[in-house]
Amino acid sequence: MAIEAKVNGMPVSFAAEPDTPLLWAIREELGMTGTKFGCGIAACGACSVHIDGEITRSCSLPISDVAGKSITTIEGLSGAEGTLTALQQAWIAHQVPQCGYCQSGQIMAAAALLAKTPKPTDADIDAAMTNICRCGTYPRIRAAIHDVAGAAATPAANPA
Amino acid sequence: MGMIRRTFLIGGAALVGGGIFAVQYGDSAAKSQAAKLTDGTGGHNFGTWLRIGEDDTVTIYSPHTDIGQGSNTGLAQMLAEELDADWSKLAVVSAPAESAFANVVLGKGFLSEMSGYPGIIGAMPMSLLGMITRQLNLQITGGSSALRFTGQHGLRVLGAGTRAALIETAAGRMGVPAAELTTADGKVVHAKSGKSLRYGELAAEAATRSLSTKVALKDPKDFKHMGKSVPRFDVPAKVNGSAQYGMDVVKPGMRVATVIAAPVRGGKLLSVDPKPALAIVGVEKVISLESAVVVVAKGYWQALKGARALAPKFSDGGNGLITTATVFAEQDKLRAEGKPTKTAGAGDVDAALKADNVKLLEADYKMPFLHHAMMEPFALTAHYKDGHLDLWGGMQDPLGAKAAAATSSGLSADKVTFHPMLIGGSFGRRLPMYMEIVDQVARVAMQVPYPVKLIWSREEEVSQGAYRPQSSAKLTAALGPDGKITAWRNDFAQPEDGLREVPFFYDVPAVARRHFKQVSNQTVGAWRSVNATQHGFTTESFMDELAHTAGADPVEFRLKHLKPGRHRTVLEEVAKRSGWGSPLEPGHARGVAVVECFNTIVGQVIEASLADDGTPKVHKAFAVVDCGTVVNPTAAEGQILGGLVMGLSSGIGEAITLDKGAVQQSNFSDYEVLKLANAPAVDVHFINSGAEMGGIGEPGLPPATPALANALFALTGKRVRSLPIKDQAKA
Repeated sequence: MAIEAKVNGMPVSFAAEPDTPLLWAIREELGMTGTKFGCGIAACGACSVHIDGEITRSCSLPISDVAGKSITTIEGLSGAEGTLTALQQAWIAHQVPQCGYCQSGQIMAAAALLAKTPKPTDADIDAAMTNICRCGTYPRIRAAIHDVAGAAATPAANPA
Repeated sequence: MGMIRRTFLIGGAALVGGGIFAVQYGDSAAKSQAAKLTDGTGGHNFGTWLRIGEDDTVTIYSPHTDIGQGSNTGLAQMLAEELDADWSKLAVVSAPAESAFANVVLGKGFLSEMSGYPGIIGAMPMSLLGMITRQLNLQITGGSSALRFTGQHGLRVLGAGTRAALIETAAGRMGVPAAELTTADGKVVHAKSGKSLRYGELAAEAATRSLSTKVALKDPKDFKHMGKSVPRFDVPAKVNGSAQYGMDVVKPGMRVATVIAAPVRGGKLLSVDPKPALAIVGVEKVISLESAVVVVAKGYWQALKGARALAPKFSDGGNGLITTATVFAEQDKLRAEGKPTKTAGAGDVDAALKADNVKLLEADYKMPFLHHAMMEPFALTAHYKDGHLDLWGGMQDPLGAKAAAATSSGLSADKVTFHPMLIGGSFGRRLPMYMEIVDQVARVAMQVPYPVKLIWSREEEVSQGAYRPQSSAKLTAALGPDGKITAWRNDFAQPEDGLREVPFFYDVPAVARRHFKQVSNQTVGAWRSVNATQHGFTTESFMDELAHTAGADPVEFRLKHLKPGRHRTVLEEVAKRSGWGSPLEPGHARGVAVVECFNTIVGQVIEASLADDGTPKVHKAFAVVDCGTVVNPTAAEGQILGGLVMGLSSGIGEAITLDKGAVQQSNFSDYEVLKLANAPAVDVHFINSGAEMGGIGEPGLPPATPALANALFALTGKRVRSLPIKDQAKA
C-alpha cells in the first residue's frame, strides 16, 4: 500500500511501512542524502524539510502523514540546473558552513522564515532558527539571513 | 613548563630549510608507493604529497581531514605560496590511507610537544622519524596541527623545493642561468627574453632531479596567498545537499545496521534473544559482539525498531556503583593523600604559603564530563569481499582506522582499504583508539556477504562517548602586601595532566601545579582543546577571585602578573577593543579570561546579563588571538567564533553525569547544546605577531567559560565554582 506524495515537484510513491519516518524514506528510498539524520527526536533540525511550505523535522514524521502533500528538500531548493538561491549564495559569501552537516536543515529553516517574513528582525531569527549547529556558526547564519533579507528589497531575488 | 615548550618551538622553526627533505625525497620506498597509489597518466610526483600534471594541474594529497576548519584550503595556500602555483589549477584531495602518506612532519611535531625529551626528538633524523610515524600509523587531524606542523614545516618546504627544481629544469632547457629566472602563476619566466615555460611542461624532468635540501621560504611581506581570505574549497557542496558524508554512503546491495552497547562501560553482553528483532519487517540478522549487539536490516528505521525490540542482558564489569559523586570523591581522596602523579612549577610554594604578611585564598572547582555532540552520529560502511575489507567513513585518522580495522578483522593491513569521506563534526571524537564503531563494523562485515552501513543512534552516541573527563581542582594562593601573588598551587585530579599543553604564564615566584591521576570506567578522549578547558577554567576563575580579594580590577590584576610579551599584548588589546571599564547597560557585566594552548594565545571579554530564571544571557563577545601568523583570516575567524560558541555552550548547559556506572543523558533533549538565540555577536581580532605558528581550531574555546563565569561574578557577587552554570543558577 504505497503512499503517494510529491517531492521537489515530482510525484513519488513510498513503499516503506507507514510508520517509517519521512527522513528515512527520503534518504534510503529516494536516495536523496542532502537531508540529514541528527537526533531522531526532532530536537536538532538537521532533517528539516518543507511540507506544503511549512518547516518540518522529518525524522519524527511518519510517511503515513505525508500522503498527498508536497515536500521540498534541500535538493529542491535550488533552481533548474542547480542554480543556487540568493539564500544559498549568501551562505557561501559569508562562509557559513564549517563541517556543514547541519547546514541543509539551517538553510531550509532560513528559507521558510524568509518566505513568511522577508525582513526578519533579530528576534524573528532567534525564534525561527532553532536548529543546532555544533560548529557554532550561528553568528554567520544570522549575518547571512540579514544580508539576503536586505537584498530581497529587489523583488524576485529569491525565487524559492 | 613554558620554557621547555618554547625551546622546542624555536628548534622546530630552525628546521625549516634544514634537513626536512630527508624524508620528503630521501625515502624512495615511500615515494614510489605514493606514486603507484596516486599517479594517473601525465602526472609526476614530488615527495609524497604533491603531483604536477603535464596539463599544469597541481594536486595536493593532504594527510589531514578537513572537518570544515578549512585546513585543506589553508594547506593549499601555503603550498601555492612557495610553489608560485596557478591557484585556478590547484586541487586538494585526501591522501590515501596508506603508510606512504603517514604524516611524518606531524609525527615530529607531536612527538616533540608531547615527549618529555624534546631535545632528543628534535635531533632525530627525519628518516628515522618517518619509520616511527608509519609504525604509529599517524595521519591524525588533531592538536590544531594541520597548518602549524604540516603546512609550515611540510608543504611550504615542499613547495619551495619543487619550485627550485622547476627553475633548474627550465634553466637547462632555455640555456640561461637559473638566477635570471622567476616564477609566477605556474610558470617559470625569463624576463630578459620574454620566454616562459609552464610547470606542466617541466614536471616530468623536474621530478627526476635530486632536490635541494636548503630552501629559503618567502618573507611574509611577499605573500600572495597566505594571509588572504580565500573562499574555502568545501563550502559550495555544503549549501545544496551534495556534500557526501560517511552517513551518506550507499553501496549496491547494502544493508543498514544499528547497535546497542553495554550501558555500563566495561560491561559485556551476557545474552540476547534475537527473536523479537527478527520478527520486525526488514530485520535480517542479529549479531552478538563482546559488549554489544548489532541488528542488521534493510534500512535504518527497521534496524532501530529491531534493536529497540531486544532486551539484551549486559554485565556491569564491576562498575555498577560508579556515580558522578563517587568520581569526585575519589579525586578528593587522592588529593587528600597528597601524592601527586606529576608536578610542574618552580619555587618553594609551601614556604611562600606559610610566609607572614600574606593573605591566603583557597577554592575548589568541579567540572563535568562533556560530550562532543557532533551533528553527524557515527556511520561507517564496510564490505568484506574476496578476502579484502573496504571501509568508507569520516575519521580524524584514516590510516589509524585502517590499522584498527585490520586488527578487528584479523586481516593483514594490505587487505584493508579505508576510503575517507567528509566528516559531520568531530571535535576529537573520531580517533580510532576510542572509536568503537570501527571494531564493530569490521567484525559485522566479516560475517555477512553484503556491504553494511553501521549507524549509531543519537542515544548511543551520547551515552557511549569518549568524554572530556570529569575533573576537579583545589586552588590555593597567597597574596603579598603589594597585592601580588607570591605563591600558587593547583591540585587537580583527572586522567591526564595537560601541563605542557596548557602553560601557566603568569609571573608568580612560586608555582606548583600538581596532577593527581584519576580514572573512572568512562572512556575519555580529546575534546576540542583537550585539557585546556579545565586548566583555563580553574586558572582564570581563580585569577579573578584573587583580583577581587586584592581589591583590583581583573584586567589590571592580570597585567600586574604579566611581563611584556605576547600574553600581555593580547590582554591589553582585548581590554581595549571591548571597551573594558566603560559604562554598560544596567544589569550587564563583563568578564575576562586569557588562555594559551597549542601555542596560540586567546583573550576574551564577554558581556552578559541574567535572565529572570537565573540563566545567563551573553550579549557580546570579544576575542583577540595571537597565533603567530594567520593563513586564512575568514576561516580562522570562523574557528575562533565557533570555539567561543562551543565554550559558552558547554559552560552554560552541558554535562554528562553517571548513575550506577551508566551515563544518564541520551539525546539533545537532556544534553543541552546552545542554540542561535543565545549565541552572541563576536568580534574577532588577530595579532600577527610573527611568533612560531600556533593552532587555530581549538584555542578559541577555553577562555569562553571562565570569561562568562567572571562576568556573572561581577554581576551577582556569586562565584561559579562548579559547571555547568545553569545548575548553579538553579541552586
